[in-house]
Amino acid sequence: MSEAANLSEAAVALGRRRFVQVVTAVLSGVLTGLDRAWAVELHSLSPDQSSTLLAMIHTIAPHDGLDDAAYALVAASLDADAASSAESRRVLTEGLAGLGVEFAHDPEPVRVRRLQAVEPSPFFQSVRIKTLLVLYNNPIAWTHFGYEGEAFSKGGYLLRGFNDLKWLPDVPIAAAGRMPV
Amino acid sequence: MSKFDLTDSDVVVVVGSGAGGGTMAHELTRRGLRVVLFEAGRRETLASFSQNPGTAYAQLTWLEPRSQTGTWDPVKNSPNQPAWHCRTVGGTTVHWTGATPRLRRYEMQARTTYGDVPGTSLADWPIDYEELKRWYLVAERRLCVTRRNGNPGMPASNNFKVMYNGAKRLGYKRVHTNYLAINSRAQDGRGFCIQQGFCVQGCKVGAKWSTLYTEIPRAEATGRLDLRTECFVTRIEHDASGRATGVIYRDAAGQEQRQKARIICVAGNAIETARLLLLSESARFPQGLANTSGQVGRNYCHHLTGFVWGIFDEPVNATRGVVLGGVVEDENVHDPRRGFVGGYHLELASLDLPTLPLVGLPYGWGRDFASIMDNYRNMAGILINGEDMPRSDNRITLSRTLKDPHGLPVAHVNCEEHPNDIALRSHAQRQARRMYEAVGAKRTLSSATPPATHQMGTARMSKDPGHGVTTPFGRTHDISNLFISDGSVQTTAGAANPTLTIVALVLRQADYIGREISAGRL
Repeated sequence: MSEAANLSEAAVALGRRRFVQVVTAVLSGVLTGLDRAWAVELHSLSPDQSSTLLAMIHTIAPHDGLDDAAYALVAASLDADAASSAESRRVLTEGLAGLGVEFAHDPEPVRVRRLQAVEPSPFFQSVRIKTLLVLYNNPIAWTHFGYEGEAFSKGGYLLRGFNDLKWLPDVPIAAAGRMPV
Repeated sequence: MSKFDLTDSDVVVVVGSGAGGGTMAHELTRRGLRVVLFEAGRRETLASFSQNPGTAYAQLTWLEPRSQTGTWDPVKNSPNQPAWHCRTVGGTTVHWTGATPRLRRYEMQARTTYGDVPGTSLADWPIDYEELKRWYLVAERRLCVTRRNGNPGMPASNNFKVMYNGAKRLGYKRVHTNYLAINSRAQDGRGFCIQQGFCVQGCKVGAKWSTLYTEIPRAEATGRLDLRTECFVTRIEHDASGRATGVIYRDAAGQEQRQKARIICVAGNAIETARLLLLSESARFPQGLANTSGQVGRNYCHHLTGFVWGIFDEPVNATRGVVLGGVVEDENVHDPRRGFVGGYHLELASLDLPTLPLVGLPYGWGRDFASIMDNYRNMAGILINGEDMPRSDNRITLSRTLKDPHGLPVAHVNCEEHPNDIALRSHAQRQARRMYEAVGAKRTLSSATPPATHQMGTARMSKDPGHGVTTPFGRTHDISNLFISDGSVQTTAGAANPTLTIVALVLRQADYIGREISAGRL
């Protein structure tokens, strides 16, 4: 997971501002938001391969409203693996070739059926696992899904909502304990 | 910090610095013994703990791959990671969640209570509950356990409010914010819990008990502790009379060294403890050290675990606050009418991102999977912790396929689920789902079995030397100055998270070592 952590730091470097929803543009050697608010460099994948891969990641984890920058981080991580390992590169490029350039333009139900057909393959499973490792491990995703993360720097959640749930009755003190402050 | 000579054969060697080894180092040094404490990992501090879940995982976890066979979920879901424990000073007490229930009387008489369950190696513990309870009382004071000794309970979090109300609707009675070795008020020179929710990444306020900042510095303060970090013990040596004489280890620079010793205590967490004994095979002990019984590595238990989630219409924000701050104790009974022997705890749980989709959810992808993740804020969580059946062939052996960076075979884990395991887990999943449905969950989910966080049984205690590895004091039957000082000695698993039991047994063992030395028998 250390690699994913590095990527999330990269995401911080990209800027913490809320990205507008954009369609990712695939240029040669770089993934970028259309408004150029972010860019992720690629070392191994061609523009066509990147488009197919991004469509695949979107199909595995289709979150409407999650910024494309988060998806681009997954593609960048797979690209980095492919750049550093011949075996990873082979699995990824062969898998993407099997899906073809038209995959990115297929409607979602078609993409789902095509992925179901390759679901047991190392190609599909490695992309799925990488999606879990990277897509949900960056500040863009944390904000989107409501994972509030570390609170040590803010004094914890003790006075910041750890017990603010109001839609159920409170717990009797005998089953819990009083606040320490 | 003290440094003792490699040839000093009067020191006690302790292997591993977690709940067992860290506590043992403190107990022996305060009794006047000089201790060399070996830890394979680095020493972190409250300040160096990362606040990024992924970075913290890499910083604290035993990441070296292991091989696996068997029928339980981690074989396919995490083939190189059957277990999740630490490799750092303080061991697994750095990332543990602080739950400190006691074993129950019936659990320590598992064979008598459960009867003959085919396909298991159930046995009664060779010590009774009253004996262990004496040391639980000492351990609970040492760890400042909540709801014991007048320590207040932890205040109720959002996640616990959901658990509590659901449990009460089902008629459960023993439901509270858990017994936790986490300060609910400042004491022991440590602050109180500020509900960060970052127990697993290392508690940056030190409210959670860890040997890293309690037992180990106290041992160092005696002037009798030599802590050697990034030092990996590869072999225990013995002499012609069958007494252990010292250990071979790789130091931080990768150089092989030999440390002499008068007594050796092994506390590497049950998988590595068994591996070290097996790696120490010799002409005299060809099956591995202290393994005349053939029981080293066998009867590996890891508890039946799994997450259950309820998805609600309203926010829960379950990751705010102490992770395991809640328990339902009512099912921790032996009631065969439920269709299985033994019992379980339902404990509060939450998982960060990305850990939730990695280990906490059922397999899936696409729109349905995404809809679960989209409800992250509205999820309440439970972790099942149930008794698993010891089986002779659920065991740790030396891997035939994988070697560590020193060229030594890593541990191989074989784990076959028993029908009782499956019945217990499915009952626990059903009850947890019913709790959430009773308070309006629109959907409930059960996870696959995640990698094991509790390791037990691989050097079990027995009265009869033919039936186990150690005596009722954790002294190996074969080698009089070799002790096992971790969860490996548990004869059966029970349903109690093991740390409190490990500490209680080690406090008792240290007292015994002191008395044996005084009596001239050690």
